[in-house]
Amino acid sequence: MAYIQLENLHKSFGGKVVLDGMSIDVERGESLVIVGGSGSGKSVTLKHIIGLLRPDKGRVVIDGNDITTMRERELNRFRRHFGMAFQEGALFDSMSVFENIAFPLRRHTKMSQAEIRARVEECLEQVHLHGVDTKRPSELSGGMRRRVGFARAISLKPDILLFDEPTTGLDPVISDVVAELIVEMDQTLNTTTVTITHDMKVAFKIADRVAMLYKGRIIEEGTPDEFQRSQDPIVRQFIEGRAEGPLTAGDEQHGRIERRESMRTDS
Amino acid sequence: MKIFDAIGRVFLRVFEQTGLWFDAFWRTLTSAFRPPFDISEWFRQMVRLGVNSIPVVFLTTMFTGMVLALQTYNGFQRVHAEQFVGSVVALAMLRELAPVLVGLMVTGRVGSSMAAEIGTMRVTEQIDALKALATDPMQYLFVPRVIAGIVMLPFLVILGDALGLYGGYLVAVKLMHANPVVYEQNTYQFLDLNDMWSGLIKAAVFGLILTLTGCVRGYYTTGGAEGVGRATTYAVVSASLIILLSDFFLTKLLF
Repeated sequence: MAYIQLENLHKSFGGKVVLDGMSIDVERGESLVIVGGSGSGKSVTLKHIIGLLRPDKGRVVIDGNDITTMRERELNRFRRHFGMAFQEGALFDSMSVFENIAFPLRRHTKMSQAEIRARVEECLEQVHLHGVDTKRPSELSGGMRRRVGFARAISLKPDILLFDEPTTGLDPVISDVVAELIVEMDQTLNTTTVTITHDMKVAFKIADRVAMLYKGRIIEEGTPDEFQRSQDPIVRQFIEGRAEGPLTAGDEQHGRIERRESMRTDS
Repeated sequence: MKIFDAIGRVFLRVFEQTGLWFDAFWRTLTSAFRPPFDISEWFRQMVRLGVNSIPVVFLTTMFTGMVLALQTYNGFQRVHAEQFVGSVVALAMLRELAPVLVGLMVTGRVGSSMAAEIGTMRVTEQIDALKALATDPMQYLFVPRVIAGIVMLPFLVILGDALGLYGGYLVAVKLMHANPVVYEQNTYQFLDLNDMWSGLIKAAVFGLILTLTGCVRGYYTTGGAEGVGRATTYAVVSASLIILLSDFFLTKLLF
């Protein structure tokens, strides 16, 4: 049985269908990258895996546990298995870098002050950051903020790492640095990793398997090599980044979800 | 037809907001008694809401006491009832003006900043990040703020009571040349301990209202920077309105 199973997920926001029967399995230790255009439902998929959103229909099963039927408190406990790195880092701006990374340790472990300090340093080491622990998130560059976000995500030694658009808005060089960091973390920490991105270069670099999401469904999946050889016209257009093709012939109906709608499902 | 549509929308909104408020109230209440207890965060919020509001409370209540004495002295002189000025100032400050004015001032100062702070956390995904770090955002964000409101507002009101009485005394004695001994006597003559208690109970309720409204408005912020601005405005307007409305019913209840 696969470690993470998404089964036939359906999700709409105020009549807009975002996920429309999406299914995919992720094996333990695997690095899956889900690619897709803006508004294809990538972020929504990721939020379903960690239970920030609940599906209208379908199931999310993690290591045999159906998290869609879990109560909020149970789910909260279960989330300790996850580390999630958010798009812009989502660091707590009222705290220093050190406090950000120490936050989950203080809340969920009985570590002493010295142990916490050691663990935070270890996490910063893992993302190759030095001498930033007293800085505030607002004093950091975009790339550094992401890396601090990564460090916070791994501090509780999670089994599953989720990356939400890890390289969006970074220059190509820093993007590559971040992509390499993800590969390195995936290998040294022995985690199951799910990344969503629209950057194909990054996707091919970090993926064991790539899947493409289009109109709320997975339309193609395979190893990076298989994916690159795909003959699907939609996939071809996306990989090659052309303006003309089936992707752009369609509509933007799946567009951005209204925040307000997503709030309603927020339990 | 459009007008019915609009009325319906308003009603739906009001009911939706009321529902969200009571839902948040229940969840804050139940999670307040569940570990982990962030005691240091409780104190941080108490300082922010209570201690830092002292200057505002100082000026507001002192000058209200002063102007109240001035006005009543002026009016009462016409019917030769100057000896009641002290009593009127004392009763009005303790029962009504100190709790309501402190409630409104702290709403403007703290309720708004809570909405802005939590609203910004919402639009920058920090609330989602809290959840992803296995932390209940309502427990982590709401409980310390609401506790600070319920605990600190009564203390601010006690301070406000004292300053209001002193302001009235200053004006009556120094400006209007009332007899200080008589004025003081009149101040306490008709005063009951219950007058103070009713003001303090009101203060605690207002503290709950202003903090929870600020938190709820921030928590359900939608739509970026503009949304945060809107949440802040609504937090102040709705908390102020609820305070003024509930003030009437509390007075009726506590009379």
